[in-house]
Amino acid sequence: MIHSLFLINSSGDIFLEKHWKSVVSRSVCDYFFEAQERATEPENVPPVIPTPHHYLISVLRHRIYFVAVIQSEVPPLFVIEFLHRVVDTFQDYFGVCTEAAIKDNVVVVYELLEEMLDNGFPLATESNILKELIKPPTILRTMVNTITGSTNVGEQLPTGQLSVVPWRRTGVKYTNNEAYFDVVEEIDAIIDKSGSTITAEIQGVIDACVKLTGMPDLTLSFMNPRLLDDVSFHPCVRFKRWEAERILSFIPPDGNFRLLSYHVSSQNLVAIPVYVKHNISFREGSSQGRFDLTLGPKQTMGKSVEAVLVSSQLPRGVLTANLNPSQGTYTFDPVTKMLTWDVGKINPQKLPSLKGTMSLQAGASKPDENPSINIQLKIQQMAISGLKVNRLDMYGEKYKPFKGIKYMTKAGKFQVRT
Amino acid sequence: MSTIALYNDQGGAEAAVEAGQENSSSTGGAAFGLFSSDFKKNEDLKEMLESNKESLKLEAMKRVVGLISKGKNASELFPAVVKNVASKNIELKKLVYVYLVRYAEEQQDLALLSISTFQRALKDPNQFIRGSALRVLSSIRVPIIVPIMLLAIKEAAADLSPYVRKTSAHAIQKLYSLDPEQKEQLIEVIEKLLKDKSTLVAGSVVMAFEEVCPDRIDLIHKNYRKLCNLLVDVEEWGQVVIISMLTRYARTQFTSPWKEGATFDENNVKAFYDSDSEDKKDTTEAKPYIMDPDHRLLLRNTKPLLQSRNTAVVMCVAQLYWHLAPTQEVNIVTKSLVRLLRSHREVQYIVLQNIATMSIQRKGIFEPYMKSFYVRSTDATHIKTLKLEILTNLANEANISTILREFQTYVKSQDKAFAAATIQAIGRCATNITDVTDTCLSGLVLLLSNRDETVVAESVVVIKKLLQTQPTQHSEIIKHMAKLFDNITVSMARASILWLMGEYCDRVPKIAPDVLRKMAKTFTAEEDIVKLQTVNLAAKLYLTNSKQTKLLTQYILNLGKYDQSYDIRDRTRFIRQLIVPNEKSGALNKYARRILLAPKPAPVLESSFKDRDRFQLGTLSHSLNTKAAGYQELSDWPAVAPDQSVRNVEVIEPVQESTPSVGKTKKSGKPKSADKFYSDDEEEKEEEGSESSKDSSSSSSSSSEESGSESEEESSEESEKTSSDSGKSSSGSEKSSSESESEPKKKKKTKKAPQKKSKSPAAFSDSDENGNGPVAQASSSSAESSSGSETDSEDSDPPATPQKKKKDVKSKPKAEVKSKVEVSLLDLVDFSPAPTNAPKSSVISSSLLSDLEGLSLSNISSTMQVTTPSFGPVKTYELLHHMTGKGLSAKYHFPRQPCLYEPSMVAVQVILTNSSDHSLEEIHIGERSPAGLNIHCFNTIERLEPEASVTVSMGIDFSDSTQAAHFQLCTKEDQFSVSIQPAVGELLMPSSMTEQDYSKEQGKLLGMNETSATITMATANTSRLAISKQVLSVCNVGEVPSSQNTVHRFAGRTVSSGALVLVCLELKESSTALLTINTEKSVMASMLLRDLKQPLVQA
Repeated sequence: MIHSLFLINSSGDIFLEKHWKSVVSRSVCDYFFEAQERATEPENVPPVIPTPHHYLISVLRHRIYFVAVIQSEVPPLFVIEFLHRVVDTFQDYFGVCTEAAIKDNVVVVYELLEEMLDNGFPLATESNILKELIKPPTILRTMVNTITGSTNVGEQLPTGQLSVVPWRRTGVKYTNNEAYFDVVEEIDAIIDKSGSTITAEIQGVIDACVKLTGMPDLTLSFMNPRLLDDVSFHPCVRFKRWEAERILSFIPPDGNFRLLSYHVSSQNLVAIPVYVKHNISFREGSSQGRFDLTLGPKQTMGKSVEAVLVSSQLPRGVLTANLNPSQGTYTFDPVTKMLTWDVGKINPQKLPSLKGTMSLQAGASKPDENPSINIQLKIQQMAISGLKVNRLDMYGEKYKPFKGIKYMTKAGKFQVRT
Repeated sequence: MSTIALYNDQGGAEAAVEAGQENSSSTGGAAFGLFSSDFKKNEDLKEMLESNKESLKLEAMKRVVGLISKGKNASELFPAVVKNVASKNIELKKLVYVYLVRYAEEQQDLALLSISTFQRALKDPNQFIRGSALRVLSSIRVPIIVPIMLLAIKEAAADLSPYVRKTSAHAIQKLYSLDPEQKEQLIEVIEKLLKDKSTLVAGSVVMAFEEVCPDRIDLIHKNYRKLCNLLVDVEEWGQVVIISMLTRYARTQFTSPWKEGATFDENNVKAFYDSDSEDKKDTTEAKPYIMDPDHRLLLRNTKPLLQSRNTAVVMCVAQLYWHLAPTQEVNIVTKSLVRLLRSHREVQYIVLQNIATMSIQRKGIFEPYMKSFYVRSTDATHIKTLKLEILTNLANEANISTILREFQTYVKSQDKAFAAATIQAIGRCATNITDVTDTCLSGLVLLLSNRDETVVAESVVVIKKLLQTQPTQHSEIIKHMAKLFDNITVSMARASILWLMGEYCDRVPKIAPDVLRKMAKTFTAEEDIVKLQTVNLAAKLYLTNSKQTKLLTQYILNLGKYDQSYDIRDRTRFIRQLIVPNEKSGALNKYARRILLAPKPAPVLESSFKDRDRFQLGTLSHSLNTKAAGYQELSDWPAVAPDQSVRNVEVIEPVQESTPSVGKTKKSGKPKSADKFYSDDEEEKEEEGSESSKDSSSSSSSSSEESGSESEEESSEESEKTSSDSGKSSSGSEKSSSESESEPKKKKKTKKAPQKKSKSPAAFSDSDENGNGPVAQASSSSAESSSGSETDSEDSDPPATPQKKKKDVKSKPKAEVKSKVEVSLLDLVDFSPAPTNAPKSSVISSSLLSDLEGLSLSNISSTMQVTTPSFGPVKTYELLHHMTGKGLSAKYHFPRQPCLYEPSMVAVQVILTNSSDHSLEEIHIGERSPAGLNIHCFNTIERLEPEASVTVSMGIDFSDSTQAAHFQLCTKEDQFSVSIQPAVGELLMPSSMTEQDYSKEQGKLLGMNETSATITMATANTSRLAISKQVLSVCNVGEVPSSQNTVHRFAGRTVSSGALVLVCLELKESSTALLTINTEKSVMASMLLRDLKQPLVQA
């Protein structure tokens, strides 16, 4: 399936290659570079590129292209999903997935890739299993290893590999038994010029951090499970139980994992937490443009809107922006024409605004379209859909775990057209 | 800058390495001074690798891996690296593996040095080491080792550890790509592995199947239901592969659910799924078409996977539903597909492509999600265009106004390529929905005054197409365009306007000549395409309005005649001949008007995804819209479904082999035993359960036997096959005596009572019902059981382990032994409900057991084609001397009877004697090695009084090798390591056949499979009796009646794999004789030859 993998950085250097079958010359990447040149933006490189003898399937994460070389028919999503899993694993192991981190840990990277794929077919991608095979590098372990001569590589088949719960290793022990669940919801919305909602939907996830001894069996129930329209589960969740009772029943993996991602049906009206008053205009003939933006809270159920960040891709003709924020700071990148305004918290008494002028390139014509505005925000202690966890129970173990649930709402792809 | 530096660096390193190879010892000298640092670096790597310190070696290997990762050549270090292949340090070893796999292909000879290490590791007790050894061995692409690989794969495919079996499935593909000649052999292994019930193996073996023999769908029949049922529990990558394969399979086996009127015999199928709680849908849709239950099974079992977090799995299920489900059920996948749009950009791209194809055929199913396809300015361009495509596909009378409003926003996008695509989309909407054509046209006309050229150009092109579809009363627009003409610079747009003028010149009789006039002025400066259209316009005007335009036309034709482009010169010449009458012009002249002004069909504006559905959704080919290498065509539904009974698993019967089978026959055996033990279960499960119980008592040998016979049959017609199958099964059922059945049943009965006490069975059966085996199972298992399974997970199948161990925890001290006794039973009860074991050792004493053994044996020998040995030498070997055994002594011999526990085992009788002065307690078998060794232990002997002795029987699966079985004989206080090494002759069992059969079989085993030697016989040995006595004393074979006096034939089979072993002794003059052995197992043959020679020669 997957023949080889090349990692290419943003400046077009192949800084790592790995082959699972016979070696494929790195010149195959020339086709990729060609496509890269043709694409104006890094994101515009097509994920699937055919070449005379191979097919290149690539993903772009953290400004690194992961280019897999394929020789014959294979579902492209299979490869894409796997590549993303590789990135996630690197991130899990090294904290960040940057060129420097990969280069520093090239041996671990190689060991990981070796375990994750056999003959191009995924072998072990579950992070729990991988961590038993190859221990993540930590400063402490590196020191211990240098002194004692022990290694980062496990000698035994990971227990999970053969067990009926491959995602959980056995023999887990904690002194403090804790289980934390974060319900995080993101609002995807498009708001039109006049402030009315064109489309809005809520995507939520429940991320868990479970540190429990032994083999706990957890059940999580919701006050209002009907809200969840479409869900996808971590493999540990018993599907039948959900179908029948709308209860999440599972033996959790050890550590951090995503238990559930869900979609709140678009039939429900989505509360839009902020409104934007905007007045962006360019006058014909003049090289000046006006920029006027005011944010205000809308439906926040009494919670404050924090960490607001506004960004906008200004038209290419804009040379500079001379703006005045009532709070926070703004930056304008004259190369990418990206305007970002870090607002912070919205104070309902004193609405944040950003006003000023933009100067256009001399002779440039008036842009056709006003730039759209992307907004990021956070609201703590609230899930905007109204989803509430009812209770969390544990079976199978004697001790009493510490349980915690946190709610948060964020803006996902929240766009205001102007 | 940095790139150049890097490149230099790399080039330098390579040069240095090459230099190192060329003049290894002679000093490279000044020439390489520049690169001396690199050169030295490799040198000191070599030194480090050859040093004695592990840490130095490791450090060196890490640097070597760094070199490999950068794509630098490190092949010169091969000899130094390969030495470390046997290192104890596991990390070092792994890095050496990485290196080996990378460079073995280039350095084949040196790579061979490492092979023996892997061969040794293949026998390692640690399954992990066995697995990785096979992995590396099979990754070394050296053609010479193909036979070794094949052997290793075959062995690993029968390994007890599912992990190793999984590895062997991967190795199959590797070997196949290395040497496609091995296909047939590999298919056999695949066939065997397909029968595997471990979820770990399923995905990998199907992958191998897809790579090696995707067209052999006959191999899938018997495993179809099993695969469907296992699917939920297979790891996600395996799911993708299995689902795609099953999609293809289903398209060949079931009739189309899309059209009505297909009927078929429902009765026997219904009966099969009778108590199945499902089939609601089947009953509700009371139509003539009735879905094959197997078809339904597939749909039902894949549906939960739509909830998978793996996008590839979701996509795969979606395509399965698209290609297989009845039309009204397809829409369940849409929600999940839309969910995937939240994922990464690349995922979106693929999913959108597939939705685009789907939405052409079935716009209805995506319409509710229309808003999910609205474009955001932050999307990548290819995502935007795909979304646009889908929105266009979804457009209908009801939603067109919403969509057009959305399009208006897009047209203004800063991304001009996207804006142009939107204009085309508007054009498509306009042609598809006649209501809005006018609105669209006027909208597009407005765009003509757009400042951006690409937008204007695209609008002109689209307007041209639209006008062509309905040319009436649009002269206003044409006039408007003529006015704009001067301002438009994009050649395609200019050409389009010119074409429009010419085509509809009768509608704009005044303007057209004026435009031509302008063009005549600028002709030379125009682009080719504009020039061509100018010539066209001139010609058309000349025909309709020659009065005004004659001179202009001639002028333009003259300009064209001397144009630089030969295309234009050609066209001009052609037009001139066509329209300007002169004496030379032929008949065509008359038709010029009809040629040039013929009504032209309007172009059809259609989606570029229109014909993509010829490819299976979700495939690479679909994504590229061209056939990718290795793409498997999805066949059309068959008009009549092929025989569906081929998927019935229960008809497989161990054929002609010596299995003390549970004697399960379809009619009598199964329901009786099954009902008792699985009474609270679904019938479907029951069938599987009984199947597995059958399997558990039969063995790999019988299954390979089956596969052998099956593969023979495969050449024949399918119908023939099933009939012969059923024939065999019935004859088999007749033959297998009720006695042989009663024995295992008795076991079960005895077990039944205690079973009720434990609460586990309910939980297990429950877990099976909902198809969520591992999860539910695990939920009921306690912490103890899981920790237990960890400690012991190596010696039996994983699904069995927790169950087994669980029992252990519950039943008191004897439990441990019991669990070992049951190993064979448990091995394959993967998804059967509660294991049918419970403490029994106290009930059946070992002596009774051996009695039973004898009983069943007599029956077997009469029914099966295995003859009881005519000569039973009792050679007793020492197992444990009483001095070393602290009073316990043990002797063993091979009773040469088929093993009661599993036919693949060699029966061994052990005589335990207590020669101490105190009684010994709890004599049992402890740890064994290799860990995968399959031993059927005797029951714990509670107490052995002084001077007493007891005979117990064991079964050992030697896997047809003479490797000793090591295990520990334990008493309450002590443990003694002992080993049993079988003589090669003991690994056989006699097989009876006629002389004809013998020569037929011998004919098949010629060439490599034949080993022979000429020996000088001792005179005493020339009589028939003596010969057979000598031969039979050495090996456990059966004598074949011979018509010739000088030829003596013997036949046997290896116990484990059932391979035929034929021994032939042909007496020649002067007491010489030719001893020939024919068998696939060439190693065995040579050992057997040596063993046989000795007694025959000696006297």
